[in-house]
Formats: sequence, C-alpha cells, structure tokens
Amino acid sequence: MSTVSVSESYAELKSAAEEKYNALQDTPVIMVGTASCGKAAGADKVKEAFEEEIRAKGLDARVVEVGCMGHCYAEPLAVVSKPGFPGLCYANLDEGFVKRLVDDFLINDDPCYEYAMVALEPNEVFPTFSDFPRGVYEHKIVLEHCGFIDPGDIDQYIVEGGYEALSRALEMTPEEVMEEINESGLRGRGGAGFPAAEKWEVAREAPGDVKYIIANGDEGDPGAFMDRGILESNPHLVLEGLIISAYAIGAQEAYFYIRAEYPQAVERTREAIRQAKEKGLVGPSILGSDYDLDVKIFQGSGAFICGESSALVKSMEGHMGMPEQRPPRLSISGYRGKPTVVNNVKTLGYVPHILRKGAEWFRGIGNPDSPGTVVFALVGKVNNTGLVEVPMGTTLRQLIYDVGEGIPGDKQFKAVQIGGPSGGCLPESALDIPIDFDSLREAGAMMGSGGLVVLDEDDCMVSVAHFFLDFTQKESCGKCTFCRLGTKHMLDILERITRGEEEDLKVLDHLQELAEDVRAGSLCNLGRTAPNPILTTLRYFRDEYEAHITERCCPARMCPDLITFYIEPPKCSKLCSVCVGSCPTEAIYTREDGLKAIDQEKCVKCNNCYLTCPPEYLAVVKLSPPELLEEKEGKSS
Amino acid sequence: MSDKKVTLTIDDREIEANEGEKLLWVALENGIYIPNLCAIKGRNRPHAGCRLCFVEVEGRDRPVTSCTLPVTEGMVVKTRTPAVDRLVATAFELLLSDHNLNCKECPANRSCELQKIAKERKLKLKLTKLKPLEREVPFDDSPETFFFDRSRCVLCARCVFIDQEVVEVGALGFSRRGLERMVSTFQDIPLSESPCTECGQCVEACPVGALIFKKGAKKEPGGEEQGGNNGEASGSGR
Repeated sequence: MSTVSVSESYAELKSAAEEKYNALQDTPVIMVGTASCGKAAGADKVKEAFEEEIRAKGLDARVVEVGCMGHCYAEPLAVVSKPGFPGLCYANLDEGFVKRLVDDFLINDDPCYEYAMVALEPNEVFPTFSDFPRGVYEHKIVLEHCGFIDPGDIDQYIVEGGYEALSRALEMTPEEVMEEINESGLRGRGGAGFPAAEKWEVAREAPGDVKYIIANGDEGDPGAFMDRGILESNPHLVLEGLIISAYAIGAQEAYFYIRAEYPQAVERTREAIRQAKEKGLVGPSILGSDYDLDVKIFQGSGAFICGESSALVKSMEGHMGMPEQRPPRLSISGYRGKPTVVNNVKTLGYVPHILRKGAEWFRGIGNPDSPGTVVFALVGKVNNTGLVEVPMGTTLRQLIYDVGEGIPGDKQFKAVQIGGPSGGCLPESALDIPIDFDSLREAGAMMGSGGLVVLDEDDCMVSVAHFFLDFTQKESCGKCTFCRLGTKHMLDILERITRGEEEDLKVLDHLQELAEDVRAGSLCNLGRTAPNPILTTLRYFRDEYEAHITERCCPARMCPDLITFYIEPPKCSKLCSVCVGSCPTEAIYTREDGLKAIDQEKCVKCNNCYLTCPPEYLAVVKLSPPELLEEKEGKSS
Repeated sequence: MSDKKVTLTIDDREIEANEGEKLLWVALENGIYIPNLCAIKGRNRPHAGCRLCFVEVEGRDRPVTSCTLPVTEGMVVKTRTPAVDRLVATAFELLLSDHNLNCKECPANRSCELQKIAKERKLKLKLTKLKPLEREVPFDDSPETFFFDRSRCVLCARCVFIDQEVVEVGALGFSRRGLERMVSTFQDIPLSESPCTECGQCVEACPVGALIFKKGAKKEPGGEEQGGNNGEASGSGR
C-alpha cells in the first residue's frame, strides 16, 4: 500500500478536474449531440458549422461533442451555455440556424427564445426538462449525464462526481460492496432480470484466482439503441461500474464486448479506458490501492446470438458464437474455463450510483421486486422517439402517451412490441400493466434489453410477427433442431398467411403448437423466446390472423398480396396528377374525364400514390380483400 | 463424476448409477431407450443439439434433455409422458422436414438411427404436419472411400467431434448459421483436398446416411489406434 489513501488520491483527481473546469467557466460552450442518433440527423454538419462560424467571427467559445440526451426526435440538438444565461437547448438545427445563433446569441446576447426547446437549469424565463410532460414521469439514473457531459473528457465526469463510487468501493471489502448491491435488489438489465449480486457471489466463491468480468454491449435487437446510446454518451459510467464489479468478484481482467457495427461506441469507450489508465483508475494499484485491473475491448462481429452470454464467451474465445448447454454456469466456468460474470451495460451503469447513494435509495425507486428504473428505446408510431428512463412500475400507457406524447396523426393505437424479437406484442388492454420483469412476463412479453416499438392501426400484426420471426430465423445459430428448423417452418406459415395462401383455420392451431414446442424445446433463450411475437399476436390479435385466412383480408391493409389500390373517382381531381408522377411503373393513367385510374396489371403496390395523394383529396384507397375492386368498379362505371 | 453410487427411478424401475453420470447413459445402459442422435459418451460438454432425448423429472416443471442431466440420489424419471412425446414428435418431424426421405435408396436403410427412433416411438417416417423444406445442399463424393450426402445430414455434430477431438485431424467443422448451417471443410473445399486422412471414423459415427462408405471401399485402419484416446467416444447407445 502506498502512503496516500484511496480517498486522498481521489480527492486529488477531483480537485484537479474542478480546477480545470473552473478555469473554463467564463467561456461560452456549445455542446452538440453527436451520438449515432444525432449523426444520423446531421449533427456533424451542425458541429462544423458552429466551429466555422466561431472561427470566422473570431469568438472565444468552445464546441464540444456530447452524447444523446434522449430526445432523438428533435435531433440535431445543441446546448448553448453562455455565462449570464441559462444553458439553452435548441432542436432540429441546421447550418443556417447555427449562423443565426452565433450572431444573435453569442455576439448579441439574444438567446432566440422563440426557437429554444428547453433550458437546462431552472430559471425565470424558460421551462426546463422537468416542465415537460415526460419530465414528470422520467427518472434518470443511468442516463443522468448522457448528452450533458463530454464523453471524451474524464475530468468532466469526475467533476460530476464520477469515480467517487470507485474510491468508496476500494475502501470497502469486496464482500461489503457485494452486500451493498445485494441489498439494493439490482436485477440484471440484459433481459432475464437475474439478481446481479447472486451472479457475482457465485463467481467470487468459485475456486481459482483468475476471474473475468465482461460488460455485454452486444445489443442487436431491431429498434434498440440503449446500450449504444449509453456507451456513446457516458462510457465512464459503465467503466466505473465495471471496475467496481470486477473488484467485488476479484477479477483481474475486465472486458467490454461491443459490436463492431457500433464504431462510435467502441471509439468512445476505448478513449475512456485510455484516460482512466492515465489517471490511475485502470491498471496497477488503482487509486493507490493494492487492487490491479486491466480493461480491454472485444469487438463482436454482429450476431444477435452473441448477446447470449455463453455464445458471447465462445466468440471471445475465437469459436463460432454458439450457446452452450448450462450448467455449468458461466460464473463457475466461463471465459477460458474460468469463473466469468457477464453483465449488461445498463446493469453496470447502476452500480456506481448505488454505491454513491446507497442501497436504500435504490430500493426506494420502482417496485419492491424490480427496484430502480428501466431504460427504453422508444420507437415506432410515437411522437417523441428516443431514449427514456422511467421508474419500474410505470405503466405502458404513461410511457407511450405521457413520455412519448402519443401516436402521430391521430391514428389509433394498436399494439406495443416490447422486448425486441424475443418479446411480445401487447394490445390496448395491456396498457395499464406496470412495467417490471414479472408483470411483463405474465402478459406474455418480456423486458428484454429494452426495445419498445409502438404500432398503430396501419400495422398488420401478422406482418409484425413475420418481421420479428424473420429476424430470429436469420439470426439463429443453427445448432439445435427446434430453433434451426422450427423458426423456419413458423416463418413459412406466416408467409403463406400474409399471402393469402392458407385457407384453413386449423393452420393457426398448428402454428400455436409449433410455437409452444419451439419455446419448450430449444437449447438457448434465443430459440425459447423466438416464438413470443407469434404467441402474443395469436393471443391478442387472433381475429387479424383469421381475417387473412377466411376472408383473404388484411385488416390493416398492409400485406401486398391481399390489397388492391384504387382511386375513388368522386374524390379525385382533374387538377392534380401527383400520383401519376409518383408511380414507378406508369400504372396510373388519366381517364377521358381527366380523373386518374390504376392499371392493375402494371401496379406493383409500392404505396407511392397512396402516400403522395394530397390531403385535400385522399382519393387513393387500399382495398382488402382485393376482390372488393370489382364491386367498386361496378358501381363507378 | 464421483465413484459414489446413487439410486434413481426410471419408469418405475430402481436403478443404481454413478453419481453425476448423465441420465441418458444410465438409461441406455440399463436397457431403457431414449431417442438420441447427437450424444457421445465421454464428451466433456454434451452437444445437446438434436433435442430428442427429453424426459420428465419429478420436481421440474418442463421436460429436460437427459444427455445434459446428471443423475442424483432419489431422482424420479419418466421417459414417456404426453409432454415428452409431443416434444420428441415435433423435433423428429422437424428433422425429417429437412431430410432426404427416400429411404429405399439410402445406403443406411435399416441401420439408420432415425428409423430406429421411428420404430421405438411409433413415429411416422414421413411428414404429417410440416411441408418439406427441399433445399439444395452440396454433395461431396471426392474422397476415395466415402461420400458425404448433406441432404441426409441431421447436424448432430458427431463427425465433427470425432474429427476434431478424437482423431484430431481437423478436416471437418461447421460453417454458416441458421438454416444454412452445415458440416463443411475450411472454405468449403472438397474433402479430398482437405486435411482429411479418410480414417473412416466420422463415417462410423454418422447415425444416418449422410457419411457413407463407398461400395467396395475398405475402411482405412489408420484411425483405429487414435480412436482409443477418448475411450468411450464411439458409444452411441445403439
């Protein structure tokens, strides 16, 4: 042991970081959200425009890249903090608006309030996030600093209290750390909800000196971007959690398993590890203690199955990513045959907070059986898409209507697909069930890692089940009979239903049985949960399946083989020919009376005319079953 | 596995076995048949891929694979229950849906493990609920002594285990995933160009008619001695 204690070492780091930030306080700072969501919306151009303008005008201001603050629907976003004003956030930025902000706000003290979205700190002139409807329901723990601190600067994380939990942990015994987490009731956020401390304890008690811990950032569900967002926005939080967990189980090596398709998450995590090493937070004798830990990154090559922890470990060992029969559990024999703990990125993100604020604080949030919060990637037919964090026990209705502010375009809510391809579709009647591990499972869905897709009246539930099963079927590793062949047969049946090729309702019983058997017989959780989208849609939306089969009708008018496009003459206008131009196959022609009509032979059902027909006419309709066309044409002629 | 003996009950029969031995082997060695394709005794970690060896164990709410289940004192096992039979029937038909069912022309006719399962469990050797998948898969007749007909392969991984872990040649492995998964050589080259020594051990291990000796071809003696290093590795319970 060195002569300086752990807490003294930490205090030194903190005061150095504070000193650095105090010196910067008088300079205006512009934080541009450049996580993947921001970049996709054009954040790089916005950032360059700010830099360009500031240089051109010779101003003294810093432009900093930050992560995602959760309001992905409003990207590109930037926060402008100028001394004397509250930090103000501007949404949907472009280069022209950037110029105006620099001229009006940075140079002339006019914050363009009319264009601001929200203020960061409470003030007398402008509302803050907590005044948003979603602010009432949101409770940010893991996402607390996401989007508000520079993920590439460890000092800012330290100023915000970062690594304090680590310094505390290192002054406790590993058993005490474990006890604290155990007390908190933290359950793994990877999907199954296994108590985190239990896994740690098995690994800690397992014989042998060499142990590993792995942060699982292999998130691969369609529509999910929580882990990615967190690693891009606040990698130090996860790193700190990883170090503390490693200390608790007695590991000397820790890994981040991040898929290579998340280059920015990989880059920002790598930089975080590098900076932590520089500050003595990773490596030999951390913060002057006698605990050593090396942290590395392993890049996964993008297979959904590698999120399953035994397949993840296999792929790290250089084998094909395929699950193994358990027991033995990974916490007994995992990576290289040594006791290994695999924790989801979000699980680790809670650890520093629990150590800093105590187990009791954590238990006070959410449900007694599922304490804490839950992070969702809220996507689909919902107004405010983005990353949200709400206490466990929040209802789906609150999440969709209050946090997500409802469905766009006054459409009718139909279902919410929760838990990704392993999850299920829940109907309107399930909207009031509280979100926690056990309630969702009871309803037939599962928490999964936290993808949440909202579906409206225009979504065909058979197609939705087909979409998710198509994903799992392609991502099946092929090792076991049920998953390799069962998913393929179920997919084929769904395909035939959406094409109107199944005519006997018995096929639904067969589908149900097959789905139940795949669930009961598969080797790993990918196969066991793959039928969930089918089982839940059959349970809650059986009438839609039946309509496809008995009436050849797709009630949502989505399945191309069961619909026909038709232009209603009374609604169509001679003065407009937008649809004609939008048709890629020249199937739409102008009739002698100037109205438009569709040559069904040429129509490829691309939906373009339906989408382009101006709202004042809405003359293009979809008919299902397609035979309705004859009726319509008979009437109009 | 310890030397400690335990007593368990399989289908109302009391049986003594070494503690920790996998249930499948205990049953088979006591003349109680449980369907299986991928199990290899002595394999460190069971492959557990064919999903045919389900049984029900008292105290567990759903069927479990017997190849992965170590026996314990007082364990009560049923090899035939409605739940077990249903899973086995489904797994069996799933395998058949991706299997060349032209048994009459199959060299393994009458020695095929699928036929044995059908007979033991009174299952049909044709599809009753599922449609055949009818995929095109490569056929390799490049070796001098045997051919590899993937249209009959059930992906039990026995040949791969023998090749990699027992004779330690390393000619065979798996490639691709999902439905496309297949036993193959590195970069899919013909077996004759691979490190394969034609020791014939993988052919012997094949439970169906996928790996078959060519007519008149003598089995090479080469693999015999090496074959011994895992002792019981070739026991299939047949």
